[in-house]
Amino acid sequence: MTNAEALVSYKKMSFWERNKLSGGYLLKKKALERAVSIVRFILLFGMCFMILQPIFNKISVSFMTEQDLYNPIVISIPVHPTTANYRLAAELMNFKTAVVNSLLISITIALLQIAMCTLVGYGFARFNFPLKKFWFACVLLVILIPPQTIASSLHLHFRYFDILGLCKLITGATINLRGSKLPYYLMSAGCMGLKNGLYIYMIRQYFRNIPGDLEEAAYVDGCGTLKTFLVIMLPQAKPILTSCFLFAFVWQWTDGFYSRMFLGSTKLVSTGLSRIVDSLGAYIQRINGVKTTISIAYSNCILATGTLIIIVPLIVIYLFAQRAFVESISSTGIKM
Amino acid sequence: MSKQNNKLAGLQKRKAISGYLFISPFIIGFLVFLIKPLIESLYMSFCQVDLAAGTVTKTFSGIANYIFAFRVDPEYTRLLVEEVSRMMVYSLAIIVFSFFVALILNQEFKGRALVRAIFFLPVILSSGVIVGLESNNELIANLAQTIEKTTEGVSVTAALENVLRTAGVGVRAYEKVFEVIDNIYDVALASGIQIIIFLSGLQTISTSMYEAADIEGCTKWESLWKITFPMVSSMFLVNWIYTVVDFCMRSDNKVIEKIQKVMIDQQQYGNASAMSWIYFVLVLAFVGITSLLISKRVYYYD
Repeated sequence: MTNAEALVSYKKMSFWERNKLSGGYLLKKKALERAVSIVRFILLFGMCFMILQPIFNKISVSFMTEQDLYNPIVISIPVHPTTANYRLAAELMNFKTAVVNSLLISITIALLQIAMCTLVGYGFARFNFPLKKFWFACVLLVILIPPQTIASSLHLHFRYFDILGLCKLITGATINLRGSKLPYYLMSAGCMGLKNGLYIYMIRQYFRNIPGDLEEAAYVDGCGTLKTFLVIMLPQAKPILTSCFLFAFVWQWTDGFYSRMFLGSTKLVSTGLSRIVDSLGAYIQRINGVKTTISIAYSNCILATGTLIIIVPLIVIYLFAQRAFVESISSTGIKM
Repeated sequence: MSKQNNKLAGLQKRKAISGYLFISPFIIGFLVFLIKPLIESLYMSFCQVDLAAGTVTKTFSGIANYIFAFRVDPEYTRLLVEEVSRMMVYSLAIIVFSFFVALILNQEFKGRALVRAIFFLPVILSSGVIVGLESNNELIANLAQTIEKTTEGVSVTAALENVLRTAGVGVRAYEKVFEVIDNIYDVALASGIQIIIFLSGLQTISTSMYEAADIEGCTKWESLWKITFPMVSSMFLVNWIYTVVDFCMRSDNKVIEKIQKVMIDQQQYGNASAMSWIYFVLVLAFVGITSLLISKRVYYYD
C-alpha cells in the first residue's frame, strides 16, 4: 500500500475508527482543542462586551426622554424614543461653529505636525551626523516629559511673548499671545505638539526599514538630498504618513489639555464636551429663571449624547482606516 | 579626532549638514518650547511669582514653594502618594493584561481581526477629554453601588473576595488585586497600544522554535517561559515605559488636576511649578529605575 492509498483509506474511516487506531489520542486532542476554543470564546466575548457596552449604553440612553430615564422598566430600548437630546446637546456645545473650528484646527495642526515630524524622522533615519545619539535621546525625553510640567511657564511664555527681546525694543511692550492660535501652530512647527515625539519615533522606525538602494541610485544620478527625499522616499512612506496623520487628527480632536491651554477662547468640540454639564445648568437656569439643580440622570444623558456626537466621526474614520492604525503601531515596537 | 573630521569625504560632510537641516525644526522647537520653559519653570519653583499690573515679578524665595507643597498644602502629599501608588499597580496590571490578551490574539481562530479591532478601539475613542468624563460618571458609580447592594450574595467576585480575605495571607496585596479587578474596564481601555505592540513582537517569533521545543518534549507552558518570554522581553521594556508615561499624562490624573487648579484658578505659578517638578522628578526616577531593572533582563536574539 502506497502512502497516497493509505491516506485515502484513512480518510474514509469514521472518526471513531481513527480514534481507535490512535489509541484514544485523537479524541483527547479534539476535546482539548474544542475546550480551549470555548474558553477563549467566552473570555474574548466578555472582554469585547466590556469595551463595547458603554458605547451601546450611551446610544440607548441618548434616545430616551427624561421620563424613560426614571422608568425602572426601561432598560435599553426607550418607550418614547426622541432625538431632542441630540438637538439640546448640539445647541449646548455650539455644535456648528465648534465642528468647523475643530475640523479646521485638527486638520491643519495634524498636517503641520506630520510634515515636521516626517522631516525630523527622515533626518534621524537616514543621515549620520555628530551628536545624533544625543539628539535622539532628546526625542525620547520629549516623549517622557509630561507637558503639564512646563505648562505654567509656557503659559507665561506666551502671555509675555517676545522673540529675543526684539519686540520690546521696537514697540516697547511684549505681545500677549494668550487666546490666539499662533502659539500652538508655532509649537507644532517645532515638533512640540501633542505626542509629537511618538510620531517622530514611529516615522523614523518606518524609514529605517526601507532599503537604501533607491536612494543611493538617486544620489549617484545627481539628485540632491531634498529632492531625493521629496520624490523618492516620501511616496514610499505613504502608509505610515497617513496613519500618523490619522492619529494626530484623532488625538487633536479629543484633546483637552492643549486646547484648554492655547485655544481657550475658540469653541471646540472637545472643550465644549467637557463643559457640557455646566452649560446645561446655565441653559436650564436661563429658561426657568431660577437656579435649579439638574438630576444626575438627565445631565448624564446629555453628556452621553454629547460624547456620542463627538465620537461618531472617529468611529467612521476607524471603520475605514482600522488597518492603518493598527499596522503603524505594530511596526514601531519591533526594535528599539 | 579633529583631523579625522577634516578628512571626511565631501559627500559625508554634506550629508551631515543636510541631516542637521532635516532635524533643525526639532532642535529649534526643543530648545525654545521645551528646554527654555523647563528651565524657567525650575527657576519659578524657587521663586515667589507675582502677577500684578501686567508684569511678572519673580522674587527668589529658596525652597519655600517646596515646603509649601509638602507641609502646608492639605491635599498635595496625599494626592501624590495615592497617584504614584495607583500608577505602579495599574501599570503592572496593564502590562500583564495586555500580554495575556496578546497571547490569546496570537492564536488562530475565526474573527481574530474583529477582536483585535475592538481591543484597539479605546485608543481612538477614550482619548483626551473623554477619559476624564467616563471616570467621573457619577450615575454609573451610583448604579454600581446600588447593584452591589441589591444583589449581595449573588456576585461571584464578592464571594471569591470573601474567601480570599478570610484566608488571611497577604490581605493587603489581595486588596490591590481586588481593586484592579473591579476596575478591569479602565485597565482594558488603557491597554490598546500595548496589546498591538506585544502582538507584533509575538508574530516575529519563528514557529520553527516552537516546533523544535515540541519535538524535544517541551510542554506549552514551558515553551511560554523559555521561548515566548525571552523573545518578547524587549517589548516589555517599550510597553512599560509607554504605560507609565501614558498613565501620568491622563487627563483624569488627580495630581495634574491639582496643579492646574493651583495654576489657573489660584494664579500661584511658583507653587504650581514646584508641585509639577516634584511630580515630574518622581515619575522620571520611577521610569528610570524600573526600566533599568527591566533592561538588565531583556534578551536580544540577534
